[in-house]
Amino acid sequence: MIKVLVEKDSYYDSVFLMLITSEVKKVPGVGEAVVSMGTEVNTELLREIGFGCPEIEEATPNDLIIAVEAEDDQTLEQAFEKARELFSRKKIQRESAEAYRPVNLDAALKMMPEANLVIVSVPGRYAFREARRALEGGLHVMLFSDNVSLKEEIELKRLAVEKGLLMMGPDCGTAIINGKPLCFANAVRRGGIGLVAASGTGLQELTCCIDELEQGISQAIGTGGRDLRPEVGGTMMLMGIEALKRDRQTEVIVVISKPPAEAVARKVINRLEKTGKPCVVHFIGLEGEGPSSRPAGRVLYAGNLEEAAGMAVAQLQGRSYQPRTFTLPAGEVNRLVEQEVTGMSRNQRYLRGLFTGGTLADEALILLEGEIGGIYSNNQTNPELLLPDPQRSKEHTIVDLGDDLFTQGRPHPMIDPTIRVDRLRGEMEDSEVAVILLDCVLGYGSHPDPAGAMRESIVRAKRAAEKHNGHLAVIASVTGTEGDFQNLKDQKSKLQEVGCIVMPSNYQAALLALEILKEAGAR
Amino acid sequence: MNVEKINELFGRDLIVINMGLEVFAENLAKEAVETLQMNWRPPAGGNEKLSSLLKKLGR
Repeated sequence: MIKVLVEKDSYYDSVFLMLITSEVKKVPGVGEAVVSMGTEVNTELLREIGFGCPEIEEATPNDLIIAVEAEDDQTLEQAFEKARELFSRKKIQRESAEAYRPVNLDAALKMMPEANLVIVSVPGRYAFREARRALEGGLHVMLFSDNVSLKEEIELKRLAVEKGLLMMGPDCGTAIINGKPLCFANAVRRGGIGLVAASGTGLQELTCCIDELEQGISQAIGTGGRDLRPEVGGTMMLMGIEALKRDRQTEVIVVISKPPAEAVARKVINRLEKTGKPCVVHFIGLEGEGPSSRPAGRVLYAGNLEEAAGMAVAQLQGRSYQPRTFTLPAGEVNRLVEQEVTGMSRNQRYLRGLFTGGTLADEALILLEGEIGGIYSNNQTNPELLLPDPQRSKEHTIVDLGDDLFTQGRPHPMIDPTIRVDRLRGEMEDSEVAVILLDCVLGYGSHPDPAGAMRESIVRAKRAAEKHNGHLAVIASVTGTEGDFQNLKDQKSKLQEVGCIVMPSNYQAALLALEILKEAGAR
Repeated sequence: MNVEKINELFGRDLIVINMGLEVFAENLAKEAVETLQMNWRPPAGGNEKLSSLLKKLGR
């Protein structure tokens, strides 16, 4: 039984609507529910899943659609009642604040002429226009929205250079400016390390590792993932480096990105060398052979995110960096490996990495691929190892569940862990899985209890392995700090209590998975 | 490369206009950052034809 309601001229943001959707889905007896704006993508999705009707065809991006499928009339009514209740609560909040909420940037600037930064997270098709207007108005911009074309990105960054302004993004999820975490970022201490990053979760992992080493961040500038492509030419990274060079608080500069085009890499390195400050570079995947550093002037190359943090802190303290693999003593690592491998059945041999952070998935993929053979992934650059069906793992698999493939019409798994919980359930059917590798990203923007959300499925997956006369190893790392509102210690304990091994970094978690897989294979 | 304005920003309190997801403004408020949440709507009520006309008129 289906009911669809379209409310004209009633705009709400996507995160809020996703929350309503998940609340409506919780009503017992509800099968499917979608609460979204009437954009082209959303109406297509609604048609595909069986909610096609004339009202939907006429909906515009400014119209609210509530579509519910339930077992009977009464349940439908309860579901709509739930939605109405949540919307009316929101309306009350809005009305009390409405008088202070401008509808366009010109009006906003009249109300707050001293504003210096605009965060833009409107749907991608409108984002370019809004970001350009902000730059024209002399404001620095953090552009969170994706679906902004490369051509538009180039134009925005050209304008930013002309005006001498920050243009972080598009698709920039993380930045820390003047100690303030923006969008998805962690509460890290302030200090002498300045960063420019073309990777959001990479930046989160790196800043958290620095915080763990009891040092802090001066500024962390995000550039968006495409900044180091030849077409964009590293425009924002070069500006960021220049600004950090002149920034008195910044004593050491760290740069991270996926491997850039060679000419762009050379420009970045040249610029770093000219800063006169100690610098660390991590081009994810380019120096993936483990902890290593090769000095080139004052620029050091790190092999992984944790190492980049370690090198930066060593530079800050004026000492040489001591490469390391595990924080734990070797004996303790061996004990953990032995503990996990004992009890595994002979046919347990595969890895399943289920990640919410794209760069964290890449880091594990690059580290493990050379060691355990081909790994299927939606992030694979090798077309032969692209997952044939992204919804189903195959042999060794690492999935980036934040990929658009999984998030169409659904919240990102860092905001709502449902996608990963469902995936974990799927993995437990497979008796050949030996190790499950997870990330758990805390901080602003993330779910209030990501570890808690995974617990039940970890317990079930381990039980399922026992039923197959085996033992499932579950390894995780938590990207977070003591200052994060989720409470780092609690999050770690929640995972440990259900038999998950929590490692100090994503790199070390992947490395332990490797040791366990090797040992399991050797028997 | 002129980055003076970026260095100026580093020396001041952040004052943010948030256009879009409200959760970002809520989080900034917890960090005591002065933030103005906009009541953003798709231009021309999401009407594509009208919106592209407005774009051409530079509005």
